[in-house]
Amino acid sequence: MSLEVTLFLGLLDGVVFGLIMALIALGLSIAFGVMRIVNVAHGEFYMLGAVIAWYATTYLGNFILGLIIAPAAVIGLAAIVERTVLRKINYNPESTIVATIGLLYIIQQLVLAIYGPYAYNVEPPFYLRVDFPWFGYSGYKLSIAFVSPLIMGLTALFIFKTRLGLYMRATQQDREIAQAFGVPVGRVYMASFALGAALAAIAGVLVVPFLQAYYLMGLEALLISFMIVIIGGLGSLKGTLVAALIIGVIDGVVSVFFSPTLAKIVGSVLVAAVLLVRPTGLFGAER
Amino acid sequence: MYVANKGLGKALALHIGVIAGFFILQFIVPPFHAAMLTRIMVLATYAIGYNILLGYTGLMSLGHAMFFATGLYAAGLSVIYYGLPPLEALPLAILLSAVMSATMGAITLRTSGVFFLIVTMIFSQVFFLTTLYFNMITGGEEGLVLTRYLKPISLGLFSVELTDSVVKYNFALIIFSIAFLFSLWLTRSPVGRVLIAIRENDERAEMLGYNIYKYKLLAFTMSGTISGMAGAAYALVFAYIGSALASILYSINPLLWTLLGGAGTTIGPIIGTGLMIYIIDFTSGITSSYLIVVGITLMLLVLAFPPGIVGAIKRRWIRWLP
Repeated sequence: MSLEVTLFLGLLDGVVFGLIMALIALGLSIAFGVMRIVNVAHGEFYMLGAVIAWYATTYLGNFILGLIIAPAAVIGLAAIVERTVLRKINYNPESTIVATIGLLYIIQQLVLAIYGPYAYNVEPPFYLRVDFPWFGYSGYKLSIAFVSPLIMGLTALFIFKTRLGLYMRATQQDREIAQAFGVPVGRVYMASFALGAALAAIAGVLVVPFLQAYYLMGLEALLISFMIVIIGGLGSLKGTLVAALIIGVIDGVVSVFFSPTLAKIVGSVLVAAVLLVRPTGLFGAER
Repeated sequence: MYVANKGLGKALALHIGVIAGFFILQFIVPPFHAAMLTRIMVLATYAIGYNILLGYTGLMSLGHAMFFATGLYAAGLSVIYYGLPPLEALPLAILLSAVMSATMGAITLRTSGVFFLIVTMIFSQVFFLTTLYFNMITGGEEGLVLTRYLKPISLGLFSVELTDSVVKYNFALIIFSIAFLFSLWLTRSPVGRVLIAIRENDERAEMLGYNIYKYKLLAFTMSGTISGMAGAAYALVFAYIGSALASILYSINPLLWTLLGGAGTTIGPIIGTGLMIYIIDFTSGITSSYLIVVGITLMLLVLAFPPGIVGAIKRRWIRWLP
């Protein structure tokens, strides 16, 4: 392949990958924005989405069913964790980090015990080969470039047009005043945490047809979504999308020419650069 | 200076007692437990370094593996590729860890709160990936064994081999003692008092005229340097370097050990390390999912036992514990 074609392939892969990671980072960002907590187990919700989608597709024979079951199951899990753990520690930022690290290992090791140390993927829901002049590309992968923005759009619609979304934004601005105006902050927290987890799980389902479901896959996703939120600024929707595309394209292009590891190294240099210039991220509010 | 010296005698006696206890244990316990204790002393050194930042400055890092691994690789690679004797590899590793932690501190301390956690984790994880990327040199995941390259340590009239388990034990004990006594000195020094003031209320400390960025950077560097010293000792004592020791688990481990033993106590990290290493050794014999113990312990600590073991003892019975 010529240089330009390789670059094109890298860009294409990068945009698809970036759009997937944007979903995960958006979930992280929502939970942070409303609850002021960072969920270290967020990558495990993504991994659970992928693993449950594999089970659903393999045993129920239906990928679309997986797309429903996996987020539903993860929402349930997230709601339980929010109620039984996060609320108990009063959403203290550092305790939450420690607790979610604990959750990370509990989920990861349970999946290792049940699913095993294997990496499987599933058949894509449809086969379509998109023929570019130079190479054929998976139509399923390309469809993600539309599905992911669609989901992000729906999320934005939810946040900006529904009552619960309004409550979320109010809580994000000022928890106490929101509470004084009758916003059920407890339920808003639960909903935000579950929504964040659901976005990660959906991303997990979407990748199983071309990435393998594996019990350690959560960590890479966590690392990349951390990079995205640092570059874009936590709690900023626009920043998340822009940073995800930047990181995605870097990942795609550097991976095609060199290696995925080098892509992460380049990403971290970018993170360091952003921190030196703007510690709050490109689109983050001044603190 | 009355306050500063209050309880110094008791604290010093306790610390020397712990060191003497470790020294005596080598003559009593069977070889298996002596090997376990060697491991515990090296890793407790790591936890002591971590505790300076978490326990005494109030900054939680999720990326200390990069400093542990800096020491580990600096010592290991200089022994393998440059044939440095252990007692030259060790100071070199300590120096490099100091440079590494000062640099990383200068960047990461520009953030605060949860951002600090995220950023330390990113850099550490990338350090881990870098050790994998250069696997031609580092041996990557499989790692490299130093045994063939380890030169004897000459002590004037005679020399000792680091392959000897008695030498390993006492080498680890010396490293551990340095870190342990340093942490005691620090908690009682004027610098340590400022760090504790920052932990308790950094805005107030700043208002009192302290440059808190400078003090945090100092704490970060001391913490990273001791962690690096522990890493160097790990490479020399266990004659092995590998990427797993730079992975996120090795950033979580000192956090877990410190919290379990009690953050902000000098003895806590040692108790936590010892307990956790025996628990992990026990459970890894039963199941391959043994890391679930790490998860469950962290969860229980946060939910039910935040002060940790020594923290609880300090709170309820022995107030003078440093």
